[in-house]
Amino acid sequence: MRKIKLPGLIKGLGVTFKTLVRTLTKGSHTVQYPHVKESPPPRARGVIALHEENCTACMLCARECPDWCIYIEGHKYKAPPRRPGGKPRKKNALDRFDIDFSLCMFCGICVDVCPFEALFWTPEYEYSELKIADLLHDKTLLSQWMETVPDFEDYEAGSEAKKLTVPQ
Amino acid sequence: MSVVLADLAYWQETTIRLVVGLIAVLLPAGTLVYLFLFKMMSFMQSRLGPMEAGPYGSLQLLAEVGKFLQKEDIVPQAADRLIFKLAPFVVLISTFLLILVIPAGPDLWFIDVDTGIFLGLAVSSISVIGILMAGWASSSKYSLLGALRATGQLIAYELPMVLAVVGVIIQAGTLNVQEIVMAQATGEIFGFGGIGNPYVITQFVGFLIFLIAVQAELTQPPFDMPVAESELVTGYLTEYSGLRFLMFFIGEFATAAIFSALAATLFLGGWYVPGLEATDNLFNVIGPIILLGKMLLVAFFIFWFRFTYPRFREDQLQQLAWKVLIPLSLVNIVITGVLKVVF
Repeated sequence: MRKIKLPGLIKGLGVTFKTLVRTLTKGSHTVQYPHVKESPPPRARGVIALHEENCTACMLCARECPDWCIYIEGHKYKAPPRRPGGKPRKKNALDRFDIDFSLCMFCGICVDVCPFEALFWTPEYEYSELKIADLLHDKTLLSQWMETVPDFEDYEAGSEAKKLTVPQ
Repeated sequence: MSVVLADLAYWQETTIRLVVGLIAVLLPAGTLVYLFLFKMMSFMQSRLGPMEAGPYGSLQLLAEVGKFLQKEDIVPQAADRLIFKLAPFVVLISTFLLILVIPAGPDLWFIDVDTGIFLGLAVSSISVIGILMAGWASSSKYSLLGALRATGQLIAYELPMVLAVVGVIIQAGTLNVQEIVMAQATGEIFGFGGIGNPYVITQFVGFLIFLIAVQAELTQPPFDMPVAESELVTGYLTEYSGLRFLMFFIGEFATAAIFSALAATLFLGGWYVPGLEATDNLFNVIGPIILLGKMLLVAFFIFWFRFTYPRFREDQLQQLAWKVLIPLSLVNIVITGVLKVVF
């Protein structure tokens, strides 16, 4: 015969009653969403922004993406040589950079893997659409998200690493 | 009500009784759902609950009813159609019959019989038949298991509930609910008659047993094994949809309201408040409001337990009834009887 756990039962009642009183006096932890906007933390993973100038169409993000939701098309072109008489330089131009957010699982591997600091997280979250096809964000839309990218936060005191800056 | 209705024709009297009966069942049930299920439960989980329909979501209930009425009334192909369709009415009828025995004022009652409380507890058991009908006729294993659990549970907890009431009956010396209220209004506690004698003081153990048994009778958490959604979908409600599901839903909360009112009547003094003569005509006006207030107080505790405790296991559930509550209530009856004879 186990002993009757009476104190625990009463403690439980206390917890719910305390929450009741706190919600009535100090308000709830939830937010009435369409009327009041929730403010996510600055590092929240809302949507991915693209800084187009940094992208070299290297395809690393597209290949690492577990969902294959990044579509990149590019072409090479000959840029004029830096010095007169030199060889024309080969450059990559970005034709298409789409992220399909209906497939994306917000793992952030593309952001981590990008060697040229072209992809950034932004905490923006209000981009739902009525049609699922509209969730395919093209490079103009992805570039527009750049405005909402917050600055990187300071590292811990004593860190040697250089703090990255968000290109604007 | 008997005084008011004395001069009316039979059909007029019946109509008024029906309308008042409907209001007496649906109004407290709606109040409980809004006040406790929607609001108090939300507050206890640190959220606001429905806020959009009407001020503070007060019209949410109507929206829910509208939603249920729109839904298709599905009957499973293998179901026993007649029994399946009748079952919610049987449950609801038990609820409507239960309201009959509760007086709301010195002259406000539906029926005033000498075996009132016996009648009330008897008709409250009819709902078991409805639940068993629902579970069997659904031709679904989940429904059948849920209904069998519900039947076992309701029968097990019927006993401590009745035995807890027996203590009150011994003390009041009558089965008539109106006279039990009067006995509480005019009674004295060891010679002190200032606040009457609400039996919650002298029958505190009985009150506790009654509350626990009511909780189980309503199949509310922590005693909601019959509708355990993680294992039985929703038990005997699994195959029901639309209007018939709504009827079960109303039945559940109307029964919660009426059992709370019954507990308020038996243990908290019913429509009486100390300070006035029990036969004062004023009680015919404020009696229902006082009863509603006391009912809400009891219901607050019932729903507080509901929102706090996790579900029991089936064997723990039966153990609590047969090994703890029934012996305890029997001891309570013996002690009450001895004290009744001594004093």
